[in-house]
Amino acid sequence: MKTTSNIAGKTKEIVKKHGKDKSSLIGVLQDIQEAFNYLPKQALKTAASAMNVPFSRVYEAATFYTAFSLKPRGENIVKICVGTACHVRGASALQDKFERTLGIKPGETTKDKKFSLETVNCVGACALGPVVLINTEYHGQVTMKKIDKLIEKINNEGAQR
Amino acid sequence: MKESSDTQARRVQEDLRLNYGPNKKFVTVCAGTGCRAYGSLKVKDALEAEMKKQNMNVEVLATGCFGFCEKGPMVVIHPDKYFYQQVKVEDVPEIVSKTVAKGEVLGRLLYRDPDTKKTMFREEDLPFYKKQLRVVFGQNGMIDPTRIDDYLAIDGYQALAKVLSEMTPEGVISEVKKAGLRGRGGGGFPTAVKWEGVRRAHGEPKYVIANGDEGDPGAYMDRSLMEGNPHSIIEGMIIGAYAVGAREGYIYVRNEYPLAVTHLTLAIAAAGEAGLLGKNILGTDFSFDIHITKGAGAFVCGESSALFASIEGRAGEPRAKYVHAVEKGLWDKPTVLNNVETWANVPLIINRGADWYASIGTEGSKGTKIFSLVGKINNTGLIEVPMGTTLYEIIYDMGGGIANGRKFKAVQTGGPSGGCIPESLLDIPVDFDKLYEVGSMMGSGGMIVMDDSSCMVDVARYFLAFLQEESCGKCVPCREGVRRMREILDDICAGKGREGDVELLEKIATGVADGSLCALGGSAPNPVLSTIKYFREEYDAHIKNHRCPAGVCKALITYSIIPEKCTGCGMCIKVCPTQATSGEKKKAHTIDNDKCTRCGACIESCKFDAINVK
Repeated sequence: MKTTSNIAGKTKEIVKKHGKDKSSLIGVLQDIQEAFNYLPKQALKTAASAMNVPFSRVYEAATFYTAFSLKPRGENIVKICVGTACHVRGASALQDKFERTLGIKPGETTKDKKFSLETVNCVGACALGPVVLINTEYHGQVTMKKIDKLIEKINNEGAQR
Repeated sequence: MKESSDTQARRVQEDLRLNYGPNKKFVTVCAGTGCRAYGSLKVKDALEAEMKKQNMNVEVLATGCFGFCEKGPMVVIHPDKYFYQQVKVEDVPEIVSKTVAKGEVLGRLLYRDPDTKKTMFREEDLPFYKKQLRVVFGQNGMIDPTRIDDYLAIDGYQALAKVLSEMTPEGVISEVKKAGLRGRGGGGFPTAVKWEGVRRAHGEPKYVIANGDEGDPGAYMDRSLMEGNPHSIIEGMIIGAYAVGAREGYIYVRNEYPLAVTHLTLAIAAAGEAGLLGKNILGTDFSFDIHITKGAGAFVCGESSALFASIEGRAGEPRAKYVHAVEKGLWDKPTVLNNVETWANVPLIINRGADWYASIGTEGSKGTKIFSLVGKINNTGLIEVPMGTTLYEIIYDMGGGIANGRKFKAVQTGGPSGGCIPESLLDIPVDFDKLYEVGSMMGSGGMIVMDDSSCMVDVARYFLAFLQEESCGKCVPCREGVRRMREILDDICAGKGREGDVELLEKIATGVADGSLCALGGSAPNPVLSTIKYFREEYDAHIKNHRCPAGVCKALITYSIIPEKCTGCGMCIKVCPTQATSGEKKKAHTIDNDKCTRCGACIESCKFDAINVK
C-alpha cells in the first residue's frame, strides 16, 4: 500500500519537475495520474499547497477533464472507442458485451481490481473500427467473440502495458 | 549573416539529396497509428533483421501515415516505388531476397482493384490515390518523422530560410493573404486576417498556437500530420511567429495522441539544436520557442478560449468573445490560434508561391483539404484533395463505394457540429461555403459514411449524447437544452416518441444555438436539424409507426430466425447471453422475443445469415 507520506513525497517531486508555475497544473495532474494510476486525495492536497493554488481549483481541474480519475483504477484499462466511425460499426453492442462480461459500467472497476472500463471519443484509428484499446495496445475489428478471447487471455497471461 | 546561414542550409540539403537521390535504394514502412495496430513495426523490425541476414545495406524507414489505412501494413520499395499492402512478417524474407535484391515484384502483395481485377504496381496507380493532390500530406510517406535530416532532404525549412532572408513580416502576411488560406480547423476564417490582427494588436508578448486538439470523432488527419511530419507544422509556426511578431508558441495536443506528443517533442528538440528554434534563428535577430501542452480529454478545449484556459492550467471553459483572441487570447495577450493542418500549409505557400496555391481549389476556398474517410466505406483512410472535389468522387472514386455491397444513406461531415448529407446532394463540390449551405460544415475534415443499416435518429441521438457529455455547463441553453433534446431523442428511439416531438426539437434547437457563447452550443443542433431536414421519414416511422427502418433502435425491433436459412447448428444458442434462442440440433431454431435483448451476438455468430431483424 502506498503511504500518505509516499504520495506526498512523489507529488512534491512532480511539482518540482514542472517548476511550480500555476499553468503547469494540468501537466502535474497528468503525471500524478501516471504515477498512481489515479489522483489520490493526498496528492491533490499536496499539489495545491506546493503550487500555491487553492484546493478548489485543483479539484475543479481534476473533475473537469475526463482523463482524470479520482478513484483507483484497475490493473488493465479497457477503453472502448465510441467515435462516430466505431459507433456506426457497432461499438455500442461491444460496450454492452464488455459490461455484461466484466459486470461493470464505464467508469467502474471490477472487484478483483483487474479491469477498469472506460469509453473514449475516437482514438483516430478508424480503419480498424470498432476499436478497443487495452492499456496501450490497439485491437481492431473487434467482435463479441474476440472480446471473450481477449479477456480470457489477459486473465491467464496478462496484457501489454 | 543571413546569406551565409542560407547557403549553409542549402549545402546540407544537397548532401541529403544525394542520400535520397532517384536511384537510392531504400524501403519505407508506414508507421502511422493504424498500421502500427496492424503490426507494421514488427514488419519493419523483420525487414531490418532480414537485410542484415542477407548482408544487404539498405535502409528501412518507419515513416508517417501513408493514408490508405484500410490496407495496412504497407511497405514501399524504392527506387522502383513498388507498393505492397497487407504485408505480414512472413512475407519479409521474399521481399528482401526478390524485390529489394533483384527488383522482382511479388504479385500477391500488390493492390488489386476489386472492380477491374487489375493489379497495380505503384501508389499513384491506385484509384484511392489517383485523384488526390497530396501536397501537404504526401511527404508523410517519404520521411522518418523522428529525423530532422529527412525533412531537410525534402526541402524542409527552405521556406523559413527564404522568409528570414528575403521577406518582411508584412510580406509574409500578404503572401498568405494572396494565397487565400482559410483555417482548416473548421471555421474557415481567413488566416492572414488573423495574423494581421495580431501583428497590429497592442500588448506584448504575442503568442502563436497550433490547435492539435482534434476532438471530432472520426477525424484523424491532424494526428497523422503531427505524428508523420511534425517539422512541417513547426516550420509553419516559426514563419507565422515571424510574421506576427511572437516569441513564444504552443502546440496543444489531444490526450489520446501519445505518439504525436513523442514525435513533436523530438522535432522541437532537433529544430532547436539545428538553430531553427530558440535564440537568433538561422543567425538572424529573430528568436522563437515552442512548448507542448497535453490536453486531458475535453472536447470543448478545441474551442479557442477554452484552449487558452487549459494552457493556463484551468478548467477549459469558453468565455464570451466580445474581445477577440487576436487582441486578448492566451494570458490576455494577442494570440494567433491556427489548426495544425493550417500551419502545415504555410511552408508550402512560401515555397511554391501564393499564385500557385490560389490556383488550386474553388472561388472561396483555396488549396487542398485532408479528409478522413471512415465508416461504412470500402477504402478507409486519409485523403487530400483540391477544394471543390465532389462528395461523389471522394466516396466512390477514392473511397471505392460502400462496404459489403450495401446502399449509401448519408455522409456526416464536420463532427458533432456538422450535419448529415443525403445521397441527393452527393454532387456538391466540397468547400467551406457549400457544406455550410447544405446545413453541415467542413469541421476538421471527418467524413463518416453511413449505409442503410445506420439509423439517422440514432445518429442524431449519438451526437447529442456526445455533446451533452462534453458541454462544459457554463451556458444554460447548451447545458439544459442539449440534455432536453437528448431526452426527446431517447424517447423516440425507445418507441415513446409523441406527435409534435420533431417540432419541439426544432424549437429547442433555435434556443440552444442562439443562447450559447461558443461554437459547441452554437452548432450543437446541426446533427438534429440536418437529419430532420433530410430524413424526416425516419423520425415519422419511429414516432408514428413505432418502427426503426434501419433495424437499430432496440425497443423497436424484433429478432427472428429465417427457418429456410437456419441449419440448426446451435451457434446462436451457445452465444446467447439470455437463453432466448432454442431448438434441436439440425432443426430450425427459434428466438423468444421476451427474453431477447437484441444484443446482436446471434447475428455475429450466424454463418448462414439466418437472423432477421425487423
